[in-house]
Amino acid sequence: MTFPARPDDFESRRARLQSMSDEELHAYFWSLAERIVAPLIEEARTHTTPAIERSVLLRMGFSSLEAKNLVTQLNERGLLGHGAGRLVLELAQARNLSVREAGTALLAGRFWEELPR
Amino acid sequence: MKLSPDQPLDLAEVLRDLDQYRSKRKGWTWRTKTPDQVIGPFVYKDTSENLKHSIPLPAAHAFGDIDPQCDFVITTEIASGRFEDDLRRMRMAAWHGADHLMVIRTTGQSHIDGLIEGTPEGVGGVPITRKQLRATRKALDAIEEEVGRPINFHSYVSGLAGPEMAVLFAEEGVNGAHQDPQYNVLYRDINMHRSFVDAAEAKKILAGAGILQLDGAHNASATAKEAWKVTPELLVQHAINTAYSRAVGMASWQIALSTVPPTAPPAPKLRLDLPYAVALRELFQGCTFRAQQNTRYIESDILEATVTHVLDTLISRLTSADIQSTITPDEGRNIPWHYHNVAGVNTARQTLMGLDGLGEMVALKDDGPLRTQAREIKERAVLFLEEILASGYYAAVADGQFVDSGCYPERHGDGIIRDPAGGDGAGTVIPRRPDYGAPVCRHFGDNVYGRDGAQPCAAYGGCTLCDPEKIQYLDELDPEDNVTRRLERPLAERAAGILRPEVEKHGDGVVCVTLFVPASPSVAEAAALAMARRMGLDQPEVISRRVMHPAEGSVFEIKGVLDVAIRLDELPVGAREELLADHDIENWVRPRNLHVVAATVGEDEHSVGIREILDIKHGGIEKYGFHCHFLGTSVALERVLDAAVETGAGAVLISTIVTHGDVHRRQMQRLHELAVARGMRERLVLVAGGTQVTDELARACGLDAGFGRSARGRDVASFLVRKLRERTTG
Repeated sequence: MTFPARPDDFESRRARLQSMSDEELHAYFWSLAERIVAPLIEEARTHTTPAIERSVLLRMGFSSLEAKNLVTQLNERGLLGHGAGRLVLELAQARNLSVREAGTALLAGRFWEELPR
Repeated sequence: MKLSPDQPLDLAEVLRDLDQYRSKRKGWTWRTKTPDQVIGPFVYKDTSENLKHSIPLPAAHAFGDIDPQCDFVITTEIASGRFEDDLRRMRMAAWHGADHLMVIRTTGQSHIDGLIEGTPEGVGGVPITRKQLRATRKALDAIEEEVGRPINFHSYVSGLAGPEMAVLFAEEGVNGAHQDPQYNVLYRDINMHRSFVDAAEAKKILAGAGILQLDGAHNASATAKEAWKVTPELLVQHAINTAYSRAVGMASWQIALSTVPPTAPPAPKLRLDLPYAVALRELFQGCTFRAQQNTRYIESDILEATVTHVLDTLISRLTSADIQSTITPDEGRNIPWHYHNVAGVNTARQTLMGLDGLGEMVALKDDGPLRTQAREIKERAVLFLEEILASGYYAAVADGQFVDSGCYPERHGDGIIRDPAGGDGAGTVIPRRPDYGAPVCRHFGDNVYGRDGAQPCAAYGGCTLCDPEKIQYLDELDPEDNVTRRLERPLAERAAGILRPEVEKHGDGVVCVTLFVPASPSVAEAAALAMARRMGLDQPEVISRRVMHPAEGSVFEIKGVLDVAIRLDELPVGAREELLADHDIENWVRPRNLHVVAATVGEDEHSVGIREILDIKHGGIEKYGFHCHFLGTSVALERVLDAAVETGAGAVLISTIVTHGDVHRRQMQRLHELAVARGMRERLVLVAGGTQVTDELARACGLDAGFGRSARGRDVASFLVRKLRERTTG
């Protein structure tokens, strides 16, 4: 739905702002902006995406091809909510492997049954 | 890797051992400001440290070749499609004063859900990959050594792979990045939830790496129907990205607002644009301001674009800016050509040098229409924010509140509409479970690792941000579409000494000609194209047309491909040597007290030519400090050599204009023979000049050089210095 056309009624809308000083107007401007982004930030804090998970695996020393492949497979199994990096790290610790060895083992089809549900 | 100013960039060297290369510097760098700096005859108020190597503005030769550098960082955007060509363009731009080089991404990279590897060719930009970033940073590390100032390298962290791109940028030493989730939503139709969730992670990574972030609000004025009406929305878009970035933890200085003066003449530009510029700077105090130049009203006329960009830069100086971005003046007619990048940079620095110290004499008024209009734009923006808050951001986008052509609160009902549940990447946002963990640094949000200040990556010895040795470098994935294959022909041609004209890619053959045709516009255009074809231009295309008068004629710029390869060995010997710079000549000559004897020899009364070569008022060699002894006309060669002995001259210049019976050739030969006979040849540089003299002919006659009709004092002085220097250094 398109927002309906509306004439410029600025003069009537602005009436309640005119008593504010510039400083007060600036502070109000920023409080509005912060309140607008607060729910967006909350969503980001509590959610992840395939791109974020791939960026975690990159930082753990995987190539882009390995990261993409691992995240795709973890996502298909509904496991990304644990964090791809945590799954790989915990597998490495449980199996006494390096992080890269754990990741490449998963890519080779091994140890999937040991990942949490 | 070390560059030499007289050698082209060695691309093979750039590509060598890239798997081992690490950028030598990370994070954003500002220029070092130098108040009250004395440069040449002037004291500058708004300059920064000088460069080691640069090309000064053309008029600088009248002021002792000074090249003052302004206090703003200067940006140019580079988009050749081939990163190896970008590197040469970057080097040229750096020599002209650019220190923020922004690489445009290939069309469509925003929609690729993952990273690209290798060096495939792009369209309207290059695929941003690890290899491309690393090679570019390696070249820039060498270029910044050459020019003597740090160079900020910049690209884009948007699209579906934002967090990975941010990791890449942090690892590879990229210094600046665009990151604005609103851009994805409005202009790339990427799902809004995905875009904002990804953005928090990307911003956290950029923040930790000291990378300067640019936002995307300028796109609203670049795409608006009436750009001067979207100023309230620009403030709103800046505010949303700024507030979001701060909430993630980014410092204010790292948040750069990408701001464009919205209008261009014949609109009353400054009266419309200044109040917006002032409102923005007051509301966003503490942030960084990246002043962009106008693209919305750019047409194919390069001069018109340049004047608009001068006025944009004036607004930066009248208000404030930290970065002055430049737009190539040809952006309205083609993908920018490399020499237009340089032209755009020069527009900014010429303007800023001309405005140096303006703030000491001129200030914006504290009352009147500037204040009332700035206040009005702020209030309109506040009302807009109130309405967004009432429904929430996502619902406001779904309602089409953004990029509406009305000046808020006016609405025309033509805004961009996006579905919160739709777009590219919809349905890919996943709730974190209570045990969610990401054992890496600079991760945003809930995480079982790194609580209570612990190092989140300690369990496995550190992530790539702590231990770059862990970075996995991939070279090429496509055996055909890669830089090595593309370079085969250019490198072979360079080795064979073959040259072609170019504007964008190596040896593309594109040239541009200007033609005025005295006829009505359509007749003139058809004739101009026919003339271009007759000149041998393939695929001629009118890229600019301007009517001078509907009946008297029009002027056209026509581009076409000139399929011509010139071999270096076809060129005359002297042409292959570059002239020394004026100051290099003078610095060598002045302290050495050098004498030169000159005369028109034989039965010859011509003296105009040689006087132009000698006299200071004609730009002759006297100005470099040579002591010139002009003996007059019709002088015997013996007397010339006598004078050389008397004055202790190191060089003799003879002019020989008369050619009847080959007398000019005989004079040159005799000069050489006489000098040999007197035992003076070794210590004298012998030079001849004249309308029929060529370098080849003079050398064949035993002299050291010959100069023809078009020679100037600098040509002769440059030659003399090279030759004399050669002798003293053995």
